[in-house]
Amino acid sequence: MKYEFLEHTADVKFRAYGKNLGECFENVILAFSEIIAKGNKITPTEVRNISVKGIDKKSLFYKFLEELNYLAEGGFVVCSGKVNVTGNSLKAKLYGDSAGNYSGLGEVKAATYAEMRISKKSAKRWLVQAVLDV
Amino acid sequence: MGNIHEIKQTGKMLVPGIVFASDKLFEDMKKDKTLEQVKNVAQLPGIIDKSIAMPDAHEGYGFCIGGVAAFDVEKGVVSPGGVGYDINCSVRLLRTNLKSSDVKNWKEILHSLFRCVPSGVGQGSKLKLSDAELNEVLSNGAQWAVEKGYGVKEDYLHTEDEGRLNGGNPKDISQRARARGKGQLGTLGAGNHFLEIQVVDEVFDEEIAKTFGLKKGEVTIMVHCGSRGLGHQVASDYIQEMEKKIGVAGLPDRELVNAPIKSELGGKYLSAMACAANFAFANKQLITHWIREDLKHYFPKIKIEVVYDVCHNIAKFEKHFVDGHDKEVLVMRKGATRAFGPGRAEIPADYRSVGQPVILPGSMGTSSYVLVGTKESEKLSWGSTAHGAGRLMSRSAAKKKLNAGDVKRKMSEQGIILESGSTAGIVEEAAEAYKDVDEVVRVSDELGIGKMVVRLKPLAVMKG
Repeated sequence: MKYEFLEHTADVKFRAYGKNLGECFENVILAFSEIIAKGNKITPTEVRNISVKGIDKKSLFYKFLEELNYLAEGGFVVCSGKVNVTGNSLKAKLYGDSAGNYSGLGEVKAATYAEMRISKKSAKRWLVQAVLDV
Repeated sequence: MGNIHEIKQTGKMLVPGIVFASDKLFEDMKKDKTLEQVKNVAQLPGIIDKSIAMPDAHEGYGFCIGGVAAFDVEKGVVSPGGVGYDINCSVRLLRTNLKSSDVKNWKEILHSLFRCVPSGVGQGSKLKLSDAELNEVLSNGAQWAVEKGYGVKEDYLHTEDEGRLNGGNPKDISQRARARGKGQLGTLGAGNHFLEIQVVDEVFDEEIAKTFGLKKGEVTIMVHCGSRGLGHQVASDYIQEMEKKIGVAGLPDRELVNAPIKSELGGKYLSAMACAANFAFANKQLITHWIREDLKHYFPKIKIEVVYDVCHNIAKFEKHFVDGHDKEVLVMRKGATRAFGPGRAEIPADYRSVGQPVILPGSMGTSSYVLVGTKESEKLSWGSTAHGAGRLMSRSAAKKKLNAGDVKRKMSEQGIILESGSTAGIVEEAAEAYKDVDEVVRVSDELGIGKMVVRLKPLAVMKG
């Protein structure tokens, strides 16, 4: 399983998995895309490169989510990506399309730290979890 | 006493928790993290007397939604998590001189409003603001909009803080927040934000209803929205700034990161928050203007006036009775409404003798209420009451259990017209996903923290 959505009364809570943090974040992109796409199939026609730096791993995750949301609000719907994490920084190549090509898209208000988790379950299994304010 | 549940002060809590709820609503709160969040807030430095949850409370981030707390101005802290991401998310109620029985074509009218008021994801503003104009919006809120011709003075006089929170310096707003806000002024947004045409269905207090200009059978319009991306960005910016400068060690929840009210950073956050609040006030003022322009085509003699406009995600300096005397404190209301009783200077002059109007929206397809603030709320809850129905079911559970067709059919059987840009949104916001607003209002009324004045029944709903 790459990612899953969990119960949360008001907002959207999800988990993503991977063999390292970079892969977890790549699966975070898929979860984020599902929230925004609302059933639309997004065609990857555009590429955006981003780099994000945090003060620790959680702040890196928070800022990464915030960056995805900032791009979404600016009209870029992400559908997948490649992520490289080094320390508390990451560089990502995002694939997606212009929001104008779709209808009925979803919206995220903000990333949050609520119930945020980043844990290494075993040598090759990481888990990240976050709640988005929608 | 019924409807009051105390959470004993334990561990690192500096004060006890107080939950205003019926037994049924309290049981619902036990099912998620509401009570844990009430306890977390009780640990914040400078909190006075109690950490409160309102009858519609549910799990949030940092504070629960429906959380209220007051802080000592000298020793206390301010946390973006006590205000929320949607700074000054708020509700405005408009009254009209239309009788619901005189109007048959709500469907056509709603569709026209839908085209006139930008709503939903990616629907941008009709305005092109210069940087200088955006600064004016951030400093002067609804008063800026009225000066520009989008409304009349009475509109902002009937708005909390006269539509302009003091102390907002646009220099404290980041470029990114500005960029997000610039194209969104005068838009409704998505999620639980809505515009609803209603009718005054039942009057509980004739005298006060008359003071608020509300008559049985007359049409009202309710607008629920906030500060859009600009406010969300302000919250994120200052959460990160506080993490960097103050740190997160020892916090029960990172969303409760905070700064002393008297510190430079605390002051900057409050300034930025005021700017975002002003953006939200201006936002609703523009929407009001577009509603007026549009409805004139259908009813040339229509009169549309603002009953009141309440903030439900905000921090404010207010005077309250503490330790035997009036004292200025910082009250944070996150998903809660100010409900001041008669006589307070903050209430518009023409309502001052009866108390502040409290606008309490129901969920989609259910009734909304106008309450009046009381002296009792000033005693019990820092002059606050509930802000709406409050979610009960998660969005994913709603999607599993409900379908858009059924929700629409049910509403249409009750004669309620619905227009929405998103099918998924209809299911997520269905009445079944919310607590029973009648129960929330009953608890507020029984406790006396907000007394019932009128009930409003929905006729037509526009969802973002």
